[in-house]
Amino acid sequence: MTTTPSRPAVEIRDLHKSFGSLEVLKGIDFEVGQGEVVCVIGPSGSGKSTLLRCVDLLEEPTAGTIWVNGVEMTDPDVEIDAVRRGIGMVFQSFNLFPHLTVLNNLTIAQRRVLRRGRAEAERIARANLERVGLTDKADAFPAQLSGGQQQRAAIARSLSMEPKLMLFDEPTSALDPELVGDVLTVMRGLAEDGMTMMVVTHEMAFARDVADRVVFMDGGVVVEQGPPQEVLGAPKHERTRAFLARVLDPTRVERLGQPAQSPEPPEVPGLPMDGRHTV
Amino acid sequence: MKLRRRQRERLSLGIQYLVFVAIIAVVLFAADWGRLKDAFFRVDIIESMFPTIITVALRNTILYTLGAFAFGLVFGTVLALMRLSRVAPYRWLATAYIELFRGLPALLVLFLVGYGIPIAFPEREIPGGVFGSIAIGLGLTAAAYMAETIRAGIQAVPKGQMEAARTLGMSHFTAMRTIVIPQAFRIVIPPLTNELILLTKDSSLAYVLGVTAQTIEVTKFGRDMLNDRVNATPLLVAGLAYLVITLPLSQVVRRLELRYAKAR
Repeated sequence: MTTTPSRPAVEIRDLHKSFGSLEVLKGIDFEVGQGEVVCVIGPSGSGKSTLLRCVDLLEEPTAGTIWVNGVEMTDPDVEIDAVRRGIGMVFQSFNLFPHLTVLNNLTIAQRRVLRRGRAEAERIARANLERVGLTDKADAFPAQLSGGQQQRAAIARSLSMEPKLMLFDEPTSALDPELVGDVLTVMRGLAEDGMTMMVVTHEMAFARDVADRVVFMDGGVVVEQGPPQEVLGAPKHERTRAFLARVLDPTRVERLGQPAQSPEPPEVPGLPMDGRHTV
Repeated sequence: MKLRRRQRERLSLGIQYLVFVAIIAVVLFAADWGRLKDAFFRVDIIESMFPTIITVALRNTILYTLGAFAFGLVFGTVLALMRLSRVAPYRWLATAYIELFRGLPALLVLFLVGYGIPIAFPEREIPGGVFGSIAIGLGLTAAAYMAETIRAGIQAVPKGQMEAARTLGMSHFTAMRTIVIPQAFRIVIPPLTNELILLTKDSSLAYVLGVTAQTIEVTKFGRDMLNDRVNATPLLVAGLAYLVITLPLSQVVRRLELRYAKAR
């Protein structure tokens, strides 16, 4: 296995992915540089989660090549378990192991995969729990934690394997609004420590403040990418503008079935219309 | 007069209790207790069954059951993994086995193992003698049932568990062994307990292999005593002996489930 530090952390060339007859990714070219924080945004069904999952080969690409830290993931002979040790993955639904305590969630892969001794694994686990502010939850079971605590524990679990690249698949989408901040703070800390991160998210404030680059996807292609102030502040494409308008100002959405360019939306008495209904 | 709702409910419940008590009273007073006692509860016969029923018969019943359960559990887990395998021939093989052995009476399988294997391999013996034959003979059938239970348990573990384990660098096998299967077994504890209790009773089929005084189990022991003393008391004692196993077992499992409840 050869790793070349000068190469980007993630390189994707002409990636296609179909589920049956449904083509979800239609030729993606994409890179994440070493130490770079990239946020991928876009409407549901745009293929952004599939793209992220392809990087870790949780989805098998239909065509195209993917390199992670200089190793070709799409090589049929790739030592997938070895490459994945260098990639951390954080899921929307946390996926902590419910039958293990928080501490054992963090040590099991260290011990089974990296063959670390118990003492060393626990030392590293506790250091990472401290990093995410869960020192006192080491002996709790996941079911005893709040959603925000579970997600922070899941981040600590990934960090315990000392990955070079962290992938986040909508990490705050399953959380109660008041718990989102704790998780984003941990992620922001990671970014400031220089971790290479690829984040699929709906948190526009996080993308604006933390990302080095924002990528907007729609319909299985990358529509537009660039620094956050450009993509989020002055989007070039109509599709980006429409998406951002819906996400940033969900109550000012055109009525169902009417064109987006309709004049000033009429004031609706009672509940505001929900942006999700228009998707 | 119209009754209020709570009055109606109380009246209805009162009638149900009355019927229940009446049935019990009829059975209690109408039965000929003297004859029943002579046929099923002769203290001298009960005394003559001890301690052998515990030290030999009950001990063997437990041994046969545990042996068959252990064999069935291991083999059943292998079958379950084969049914979920990506390799098609494994799936076919496991499905064929399960369909075949679920459909055959346990008695027949026990016969085939007890008499078929010695004919097929005259030079070799089944390790453990009668114990080994019963463990395998009953275990082969139990494995077919347990395989389906365990497969359902594995499939009930959310897909994200396997994914999370794999992204941490675990191989498919390690992830199965340390993450998925432990959770699957917690899910299938109740149906596996059922299987264990069924096996306890199936162990009474051991007689087809021709048990001796040393390898006798509870049912055969009771039947032998029945023929010997021309009295049904041994059957009552044998029945109680099974309850001595199954009732505490249910308690233990209930405790186990409670303990696992917080780790789910």
